[in-house]
Amino acid sequence: MQNHFDLFHLPQRFTIDASALDSAYHSVQNQVHPDKFVHASDAEKRVAMQWATRANEAYKTLKSPFKRAAYLCELNGVDLQTELNTAMPVEFLMQQMEWREALDDARSQKNRTELEALDDAIRSARKLALAEIAQLLDTDDFTQAAGLVRQLMFLEKFANEVSNALDALPD
Amino acid sequence: MALLQIAEPGMSTAPHQHRLAVGIDLGTTNSLVATVRNSIPEVLTDEEGRSLMPSVVHYLKNGNAQIGYKAQAAQNTDPKNTIVSVKRFMGRGLKDIAYAENLPYDFLDTPGMVQLKTVAGIKSPVEISAEILATLRQQAEDALGDELIGAVITVPAYFDDAQRQATKDAAKLAGLNVLRLLNEPTAAAIAYGLDSASEGIYAVYDLGGGTFDVSILKLTKGVFEVLSTGGDSALGGDDFDHRLFCWIIEQSNLAPLCDIDTSILMVKSREAKELLSSKAETHIDAVLTSGEEVHVTVTAADFTKITQHLVTKTITPTKKALRDAELTVDDVDGVVMVGGATRMPHIRKAVADFFQATPLANIDPDKVVALGAAIQANLLAGNRAAGDDWLLLDVIPLSLGIETMGGLVEKVIPRNSTIPCARAQEFTTFKDGQTALAVHIVQGERELVTDCRSLAKFELRGIPPMAAGAARIRVTYQVDADGLLSVSARELRSGVEASIEVKPSYGLADDQVAQMLQDSFKSADIDMASRALREEQVEAERIVLATESAMDADASLLSDDERKDVFALLENVKHLGSGTDHVAIKAAVDALAHGTEEFAARRMDRSVRIALSGKKLDEI
Repeated sequence: MQNHFDLFHLPQRFTIDASALDSAYHSVQNQVHPDKFVHASDAEKRVAMQWATRANEAYKTLKSPFKRAAYLCELNGVDLQTELNTAMPVEFLMQQMEWREALDDARSQKNRTELEALDDAIRSARKLALAEIAQLLDTDDFTQAAGLVRQLMFLEKFANEVSNALDALPD
Repeated sequence: MALLQIAEPGMSTAPHQHRLAVGIDLGTTNSLVATVRNSIPEVLTDEEGRSLMPSVVHYLKNGNAQIGYKAQAAQNTDPKNTIVSVKRFMGRGLKDIAYAENLPYDFLDTPGMVQLKTVAGIKSPVEISAEILATLRQQAEDALGDELIGAVITVPAYFDDAQRQATKDAAKLAGLNVLRLLNEPTAAAIAYGLDSASEGIYAVYDLGGGTFDVSILKLTKGVFEVLSTGGDSALGGDDFDHRLFCWIIEQSNLAPLCDIDTSILMVKSREAKELLSSKAETHIDAVLTSGEEVHVTVTAADFTKITQHLVTKTITPTKKALRDAELTVDDVDGVVMVGGATRMPHIRKAVADFFQATPLANIDPDKVVALGAAIQANLLAGNRAAGDDWLLLDVIPLSLGIETMGGLVEKVIPRNSTIPCARAQEFTTFKDGQTALAVHIVQGERELVTDCRSLAKFELRGIPPMAAGAARIRVTYQVDADGLLSVSARELRSGVEASIEVKPSYGLADDQVAQMLQDSFKSADIDMASRALREEQVEAERIVLATESAMDADASLLSDDERKDVFALLENVKHLGSGTDHVAIKAAVDALAHGTEEFAARRMDRSVRIALSGKKLDEI
């Protein structure tokens, strides 16, 4: 089965042309979306749904730098799941613990300013991590990159929690 | 006057003939049906030239129903049997319905979806909505002079699976072929987008009678992409009426009212609300059944004050939708107002203030959704040339999850995922020889199952008995282009497809809908068997035409043997199609569908490759 890059006829690397991705995605959907098969046979409808679903999945993966990085590692044989079992660098874990405490405090105090500050801090951390990952992937160092991608996974999850906490605040 | 091209019912139309399709806005307060005629979208009117039809159904003792204006006239004299705003009950349980005690209806708290006891019997919201849809369908067929091939029916973007499924069931009951369930804000965007042909980021703020939706869309050359959607499926103009109603009672120190008086004052409240959109004050004068008189003056300022909290309630989901789209107010190029309730000045002001822009409201907010639906229906019906079309990419509004240990929810498909989408999960058995597995699917953003909407309990049966933990059951959750969920499961080691029994939490299983259809046919004296035969024949003709044209275009994708097989299956369908055994026809049609699935996949593969390589077919 084709990988996501092949599906969109894009080169298999981390740095992508965002507008080429968008354009390819739209081209594919224009061919396969269920709206184009409203009067088609059941077989064609089934196939259309599968393809459109696939195209959405591929686009979602390649559009997000984090997901794209994780995907590239997997394509190159680095299993991120097993990597999750190995130890993380101490400084990284300490930072996570600090942030977690800050989140718990801010959440219970319903402190919007603190939550937004946390949000900003995590965004910066993600940006830095992604920049490093980009460099590593460009030199095909998938193992090192995978290590950072795992860290990024924690950051993404944490960012989600902060976002949920912000959502839960009364306006 | 343009000549209408009339196709014989059931006959496949030649490519250049116009196929009759409509867009239906099944609103809380009013419903509309629209179509594209001579390339112009227009709302169809009734015999008195009215575009809006009140979404009201009045049941009579003899079992019949009045729909629309006639029904609305009975509101104050027979409130119990005059069902208003039935959309608020679709796919909802009794506890979901706000201020149910103030409503004059006799609710039955049936598991999943309420039912109403009327003088014509127990009615489900699905049946009541079907009456409205059937009336619109008749109106359209009368106006257009022929049967419809299908309809696009709009739903609030924030409607969950239960509410959507209920809508689709109602359409089926009304004899409508649903081409697509379309989200209301998206429909409005279509109506505006094509009008002004602008690219950019747009927010659609849609406040209807009973629902609030806000969608953030990105419009680029020929693509409408929903980035995020939010809202409140239990907030609308009705709530403004109700607040005013409560205020009148407070001001006048009234004792608890009977149904008729409640109805009288609710109607007055609605009228006052509408008047206050253009007048600084209005008077509410009424004589109740007790003889008591009500004389209250309401100013626009009063009304604004007592309903401001409701306005704020719409800004919260708006902020969230922007956050979900990872955008700020500055990124938004335009705001579209949809829904009659957006005529209220304090709503307009709040939206303008929030977005720092004057909202677009030049298309009648009551009609814009129906018009957008008609435009989409026209496209889906095949009336537009390829290249003269557009792509609609919509999203699922609420996360789908499954119940896990301790009543927690594990999210499986996140909200705002572009549809169609799917996710697969692997499960295993925990007892030796276990042959069934139950999966409880919920929808919502909360962590506890009890705080989310229960959609259905799927029972997977037929798992081959194995040692505990040995089975690998892959469950696939698929959300289709209507935003509806279906589940399939397969045991990977044996390849056995588990059969899925869906117990929908909202109370209408497939067989119940089938029963309702049967009952409605019986009462209409229609011969079930001949209808079934006709439906199968139409289906057979359709698939034959589709397959033959596919073979004409791409027979080269098949080997000689494969081609022979397909032609044999085609002949079988044609042969049986001219007979009278509808079961045999269906079997032959299914066989052809199965036998051409691989062919369909190859064609799809090829068309995608061609599109991406930018070459035309004849250049290869």
